[in-house]
Amino acid sequence: MGIENIYSDILREHANSNHNKHHLGHPTQTQRGINPSCGDEIELELELEDGIIKDASFVGSGCAISQASASIMVDLIKGKSIEEAKELAKTFTGMIKNEMKEEDLEVLEDAIALKDISHMPARVKCAVLGWHTLEESIKENQE
Amino acid sequence: MSNPYRKDFPLLNQKERSKPLIYLDNAATTQKPDAVLNAMEEYYKEYNANPYRGLYDISEKATEKYEEARRITAEFIHAKDSAEIIFTRNATESLNLIAYSFGRSFLKEGEEILIPISEHHSNLLPWQQLAREKKAVLNYLYLDESGNLSEEELEAKITEKTRIVAFAYVSNVLGTIYPVKEIVEKAHSVGAVTVVDCAQSIPHYPLDVEALGVDFAVFSGHKMLGPMGIGVLYGKKALLESMPPFLTGGEMIDFVSEQEATFAPLPQKFEAGTPNVGGAIGLMEAIAYIKDTGYDKIKAAEEELTAYALDRLRELSYVTIYGEKYLKENRSGVISFNVEGVHPHDVSSLLDADGVCIRAGHHCAQPLMHYMGVAATCRASFYFYNTKEDIDSFIESLKKVRRWLGIGN
Repeated sequence: MGIENIYSDILREHANSNHNKHHLGHPTQTQRGINPSCGDEIELELELEDGIIKDASFVGSGCAISQASASIMVDLIKGKSIEEAKELAKTFTGMIKNEMKEEDLEVLEDAIALKDISHMPARVKCAVLGWHTLEESIKENQE
Repeated sequence: MSNPYRKDFPLLNQKERSKPLIYLDNAATTQKPDAVLNAMEEYYKEYNANPYRGLYDISEKATEKYEEARRITAEFIHAKDSAEIIFTRNATESLNLIAYSFGRSFLKEGEEILIPISEHHSNLLPWQQLAREKKAVLNYLYLDESGNLSEEELEAKITEKTRIVAFAYVSNVLGTIYPVKEIVEKAHSVGAVTVVDCAQSIPHYPLDVEALGVDFAVFSGHKMLGPMGIGVLYGKKALLESMPPFLTGGEMIDFVSEQEATFAPLPQKFEAGTPNVGGAIGLMEAIAYIKDTGYDKIKAAEEELTAYALDRLRELSYVTIYGEKYLKENRSGVISFNVEGVHPHDVSSLLDADGVCIRAGHHCAQPLMHYMGVAATCRASFYFYNTKEDIDSFIESLKKVRRWLGIGN
């Protein structure tokens, strides 16, 4: 595996762009996620309305992989239902664990760029930080 | 440039590799010479047996070799008596032994433990937990920007209440070499006991416990060419004798009845269970290798590498070096640094693509990271088998890091 499969254009763009890195005006949930081994830290904000993620953003600091993965995720979950977001999180972690079929990954769109992180076990936690934080955030919100 | 030592290290000479191996994480663990590997193999293949117990030839030989390793270790650090050498798993276990056995027996409420802010968690958490349990106070020695400890700071923090002063001989993050003798003398002037973590010093600099006057000294075998799983606790005999056992079980008793027991004399009192004979034999060979090479040669080789690496790193405007930025008497071959705009974990992963192994993270020193105001750093650390070519490869790879992430030119 070449390192270029991980540090791809998509990852670079998201790591260097701050378009999802800000606070929301009216978040309904705020969830903190940390990766103690690296010190990666994010705070995910969601604005939920009628079971739909109306808006999402995050703030935080950490490595390019953790920050880009969170940013890609925010793009992906905006406008999706909580159920759909949960499914996406499952698909993403399944992809990282190498348990998914290629054709089932399409729903992940740009997040597929992180597929090869499964070959870098030490960095898996960075890639899934945003998604785990999302799962925590919407788990608590189930009525 | 040929390095006369590399041929002794099979891991550094692997022919069939998909990428080169530039090993610059020697503060984490060192590679092992053939002499160490062969001695351990010989033990396991020719006289592996449980020591002390067996009344037969190979058990006696295992016992003899294990005790020879203890004698060699004692001589190596100038301990007066080999009973002052306790074999443990590693420096961490040695430090825990001191905190549990000495600390819980003798530390009183309100007394103070003093450690530098730069300590590895292994020389911080045993004291932090001990202080909490005994309602004692854990105080910190703070360092200047270059990682140095001032006399004033030492003067201010060592008080009549100080009971334990514990510190690393060399910082595993900043590479600073601390003035052991001065700290020990100051601690002794108020009657405090000294604990010196030599894990990062003994691979590079000689240790003379007698001349330094330290009460306890600890180190790990694997950071000094030996195997993992063997460590050393040195303690002054009178202190060790006054302490209760840490772990109890086989090999450490005199007599056991249903309700009570008497314990074996030193050193067995502190070595419950079947010991790591193979590890001790590996450590003995590692000591022999270091002695044959000579600390003077090791130091000279490392100083050349460290000075060169610091020079090359200073050329890169986007690299911040922590600790001393130039080679000095009190600067060892551990260099922490950061690349502007790039997280240390990304630096490390990108260097790995070129076969360059460095460490990235908090280096088990979170309070120091917090004190320095950084989340993490990259760390390169050298040993005498490294070469200038290793450092050139490291620097060339480092130059590409920002490009990978689309930062700078």
